[in-house]
Amino acid sequence: MRSLTYAHAIREAFQQLLASDPRVFVIGQGLWSPWYVGASMQDLDLEFGRDRVIDTPVSENATTGAAIGAALAGMRPIVVHPRMDFMLLAADPIVNQAANWSYMFGGQIGVPVVIRSIINRGGEQGAQHSQALQAFFTHVPGIKVVMPANPYDAKGLLIAAVRDGNPVMFIDDRWLYDSVGEVPAEMYAVPIGLGAVRRVGSDLTIVASSWILGQALAAAETLDRRGVSAEVIDLRSIKPWDRGLVFNSVRKTGRLIIADGGWTTGGVSAEIAATVACEAFDCLKGPIQRVALPDAPAPTSQALERAYYPTAAHIIMAAERILAGARVLAAVQVT
Amino acid sequence: MSSTAMRSVSTTLLRQMYRTMVRIRLTEERIATLVEHGDIKTPCHLCIGQEAIATGVCAALQKEDYVWGGHRSHGHYLARGGDLTKLVAEVFGRVTGCSKGRGGSMHLFASNVGILGTVPIVAATIPLAVGAGLASKMRKEARVSVVFFGDGAAEEGHFHESLNLAALHRLPVLFVCENNFYASHLPLLERRPADTLYRMAEAYGIPGVRLDGNDAVEVYGRARTALARARDGSGPALLECRTYRWRGHVGASWDQDVGTKRRDELKGWQAKDPIRRARKALTALGVGSEFFAAVEHDILAEIDEAVVLARHAPAPSASDLLRHVFA
Repeated sequence: MRSLTYAHAIREAFQQLLASDPRVFVIGQGLWSPWYVGASMQDLDLEFGRDRVIDTPVSENATTGAAIGAALAGMRPIVVHPRMDFMLLAADPIVNQAANWSYMFGGQIGVPVVIRSIINRGGEQGAQHSQALQAFFTHVPGIKVVMPANPYDAKGLLIAAVRDGNPVMFIDDRWLYDSVGEVPAEMYAVPIGLGAVRRVGSDLTIVASSWILGQALAAAETLDRRGVSAEVIDLRSIKPWDRGLVFNSVRKTGRLIIADGGWTTGGVSAEIAATVACEAFDCLKGPIQRVALPDAPAPTSQALERAYYPTAAHIIMAAERILAGARVLAAVQVT
Repeated sequence: MSSTAMRSVSTTLLRQMYRTMVRIRLTEERIATLVEHGDIKTPCHLCIGQEAIATGVCAALQKEDYVWGGHRSHGHYLARGGDLTKLVAEVFGRVTGCSKGRGGSMHLFASNVGILGTVPIVAATIPLAVGAGLASKMRKEARVSVVFFGDGAAEEGHFHESLNLAALHRLPVLFVCENNFYASHLPLLERRPADTLYRMAEAYGIPGVRLDGNDAVEVYGRARTALARARDGSGPALLECRTYRWRGHVGASWDQDVGTKRRDELKGWQAKDPIRRARKALTALGVGSEFFAAVEHDILAEIDEAVVLARHAPAPSASDLLRHVFA
């Protein structure tokens, strides 16, 4: 099968969605720029016309609201926010409007809008160009959140999001744009709500998504060399997340590490830890570990950035913390 | 209102608009009574005194046009042709309501007449209306998207961003500002330095018109002009319709708790009652008192029946609590 980069896989999803459905259009800042959203939107405006690939004024609120209004009027818009931070200016249309609309009107109408939100951190950009706010949006009923970790899922989840018929936030990470993977040429959907086991293991489970999944896989390699067999689960969807897949894995391994690219407090890792603790506590052989961002804004200086973002090493340390407990227990049992 | 203006529409249309205004007024007066008696619990924001705006604008619309509203939208819903029985059921919180008992007074829905939702976040439907206008333009349809909002909404960023976006793309959108001079309790001139709302349009290069919002005929005429412009691809317009709400911001009260200023103002505005003015004009055109009596009689009967139906309709089932989070 042919390979594509993550950015080109996203572009191909846009290309095929625009070509196959006249209701689809794209609206957002930077869409006519050669660099603003990387290669992920390149020349789509030339291919489909600037009335279907619409670059906008610096008006996150109105453009997101307009996408929602167009969705209510029967279109299938995708609104693009080149920085997740900037998207907060559109919190009203996303949270108050799109997420509530179906429920407020008794299910008489859905909001088939996709909100593509790009995490673009690092590079000394600092606090307002780096935020990974997925947990904010998982908190709100009525909106689905997906975070693809590889090119295959990036294409398939974007297509699934547009076909879903409900508000879906599609979050991609610029740190993944150059990663390469196999991508079928035809249109396909990756079901929203299904995770995937990326590596089978028996001693502990690492749950991750998006960029930090790569760190989880690297950690699993190292752990394997040390004789620890880690199972790695790619959530793909943050909401709804694949409870069955995670529970089954934890039932097998008895140990859980959750790695998330957002903040620790109130984050995705907190939700998964709480759910597993509430519903599968009896399977746990040790405390759940979380590897996520510290509760501080993103710094600028590279020296601080290196300390800020968790890596495979942090996941390995988390594994050692759980396993140390297990070894103590084993030692006690031997004596 | 000049008699010239009143002669500019047919007697048939004037009768129709009169009937619509009375229907809104009597429905809301009944709702006010039911709120006072505790039969209706949902917060109701009444538009009594402002009926001419919804009536005049909606009389100028085509069947396929979109209409968006806010927290004070019973009048928009009824003027546009939303089902009165379903409105009453909705404010009673019944499953037979226009929003299946999920919306109450502040979330009204009637897609059969182009109302895709009214919501109480101030200004929230303004960008949504722009989006429906964008959809209309992309599909090369002649549908106009009309949004009603108050003077408070013009202070939100939504309003400014939306006017700019609609103007930039020359979208078929009609922005209808119902300037009743209060945002909840706070008067206009304590919220902005000058009473110049309609001039916001100028900044975005679109027509902005200030008009007498208590004159259904003037509203109708101005809306027709703006709608024709929108339909032929010339883009959006802003109408600032000056009016006054007789009741409080929310609920059945007469709002005199906010001070004597409002009491004095109210007297002046009641003298400009849009319904009385239309009745006077119709009388001058030779319409007899039997017409007015019949309108009132028929509407009261319709409301009585709607209230009885609502009282006997089932509430939503608790087993449905989690339904419809997603479509």
